[in-house]
Amino acid sequence: MAQLELRHIKKSFGETAVLHNISLDVADGEFVSLVGQSGCGKSTLLRIIAGLEAPDSGDILIGGQSVTDSAPKDRNIAMVFQDYALYPHMSVGENMAMPLVMARLPLYARLPGMRSITPAGRGARPEIRAEIEKVAKQLRIDHLLDRQPAQLSGGQRQRVALGRALVRNPQVFLMDEPLSNLDAKLRVQVRTEITELHASSGLTFIYVTHDQVEAMTMSDRVALLQSGHLLQVGAPNTLYADPANMDVARFIGSPEINIAAGERGQGGVRFSETMLPVMLDGHGPVHVGIRPEAISVLDAPGLLALGQGTGPRLTLIRRMIEDLGPEILIHGHFAHAPDALIRVRAQKSDHYGHHDDLWKATSLKVRLNTAQLLFFDADGERLSAKMSDVVETV
Amino acid sequence: MAVSRLQRAQTRLAYLLVLPATLLILVIYVIPIILVFLASLTDYTLVSDYYEFVGLENYRTMFGDEVFANAVGNTFFYAALFLPGAFVISLILAIAIQEQKQFRSVLEVLYFLPVTSTLAAMALVWAALMDSGQGVINNTLETVGIPGVNWFGNEDVVLYSLAIISLWSIIGFNMVLFLAGLTSIPQNLYEAAAMDGADHPIDKFFRVTWPMLGPTAMFVAVTSSITAFKLFDTVAILTQGGPDRASEVFLYLAFLEGFEYFNMGYSAALSLFFLGIIFLFALIQALFTDRNVHY
Repeated sequence: MAQLELRHIKKSFGETAVLHNISLDVADGEFVSLVGQSGCGKSTLLRIIAGLEAPDSGDILIGGQSVTDSAPKDRNIAMVFQDYALYPHMSVGENMAMPLVMARLPLYARLPGMRSITPAGRGARPEIRAEIEKVAKQLRIDHLLDRQPAQLSGGQRQRVALGRALVRNPQVFLMDEPLSNLDAKLRVQVRTEITELHASSGLTFIYVTHDQVEAMTMSDRVALLQSGHLLQVGAPNTLYADPANMDVARFIGSPEINIAAGERGQGGVRFSETMLPVMLDGHGPVHVGIRPEAISVLDAPGLLALGQGTGPRLTLIRRMIEDLGPEILIHGHFAHAPDALIRVRAQKSDHYGHHDDLWKATSLKVRLNTAQLLFFDADGERLSAKMSDVVETV
Repeated sequence: MAVSRLQRAQTRLAYLLVLPATLLILVIYVIPIILVFLASLTDYTLVSDYYEFVGLENYRTMFGDEVFANAVGNTFFYAALFLPGAFVISLILAIAIQEQKQFRSVLEVLYFLPVTSTLAAMALVWAALMDSGQGVINNTLETVGIPGVNWFGNEDVVLYSLAIISLWSIIGFNMVLFLAGLTSIPQNLYEAAAMDGADHPIDKFFRVTWPMLGPTAMFVAVTSSITAFKLFDTVAILTQGGPDRASEVFLYLAFLEGFEYFNMGYSAALSLFFLGIIFLFALIQALFTDRNVHY
């Protein structure tokens, strides 16, 4: 079993604290993404799990055993580096053989030239070759084994790096932004391959990325880090629909969530020209989080009428429209809150091509889907909302 | 038609642009080499205007001459002493200093200092240190009970003494070259090696450092070899080839023949032999360094 447990991990570089008390449990066979902006500490956390960096305090347990003081090779883990870190002077086969040679041959047999003349070196050769070929076939790089890394494309190098990690039969598989050096098209393809690899191998995967789309599409659970704090850990949909605070809501979702100012009052939340029928604890100003698809455009024949909720109607002043193919993205602001940028995502209907009113109109009637709204207090903490009985006021 | 006229104009311009460099190379390198070659086919001496074409006579003399054989032997013996030290000590120092965090720059400067000094002047300092009577080194040895060494007067020792001085003057330079090579090795290769289990210093060295250092090592080896065969100034200042020709190295012999005995023709032949050896090393470097560059 290879569940991974992080207990109160702290790490500072000099005066700068990069990780504040991180605790995280990853189940056996789970795919967990560490996601956050650059500098949030996600790579440092991965390197601490790998053993390339030592935590200032805290414990790392793999399969219930503490590995905090173990060398990387003794942790039964494998890591794929961002730029692959293939040995440029070795062929693909030799690159992949490296972990096996290190694990199976004694030091004297690993010295230059000794592998082919010592009995230990010669004896291990056929089985190492066989194992490499098995993994290479699985990754469809068996025809590349005699090439040098410099002769490979980015996608092929990526696979060799995966292969080198796989041959050692690790319990935990670590990946540090493995897709960031690939072009957009290849990235989607390799994303699928990594997901399939996870499914077929059943290994525990820890995947570091700054791209929330990668994290959301690939993982069982996502751990969101910011400035060295673990903001929230949960299934992708939990982070999207039920974020713990405003930073999580902002990071997850593309386009970004709209944040507008509201005011807690008697009978609901005063927002723009209307009163939202929502009961919140406390009083004073709130941030209203509105996902771009929680707003539906009314009276627009070119668009699909989505979210036929009972929410309030508002006026949106249009600034710009982006055509994304199947849908459009409207940038604008509410009539009474010109400072808050609002993005609205709307699906095109079959009649879209016949209607260009949308592109002419500067003010649009929209409806908020109250059930999808998120509320945060002045510090950005999430407020739990109860729908009030008050019927909408238009 | 218009195209070919344009092409011709461009060709002319291209020749015009390479002309200054071509002239410089001709005047500084090619013509002197040809002249030296022509001089080596004559019995020209500095003391007489009359000279005669003697064909390959000078070369025949050279290869039959015991003095020449002695000088070549001395040079190779000296190179065999000097090269391993110049290479291995510099590499060990570079790796040790690379791992230092605090005093790295101080150590770098200290080891590099001899390179910035004038060897001719420093040779005199070494002469004082290695003096058989009052030298600091012999005095120190005698204090701890080891008999002093006649550093420059013993024919079995003199080449070792010269090698020590040369090592002192070149180690800092080679070390900086190795440091540059070490710094350019991506850190994540060492991390990948640590993940793969190659975390023993010997494995790290043979799996990552040494192969990645290939081009630098080749450069250091070739430039140090050329330096070894160019040994001249410490010999001229400290030993004048003595005692009894024991430190008469190749370039010093060429100097003696040309400017002490005025046998310019013979000296030219010696110089061309020297040029051939240097050319061989330059060729090795040109052939191998390009092939060893990765990525």
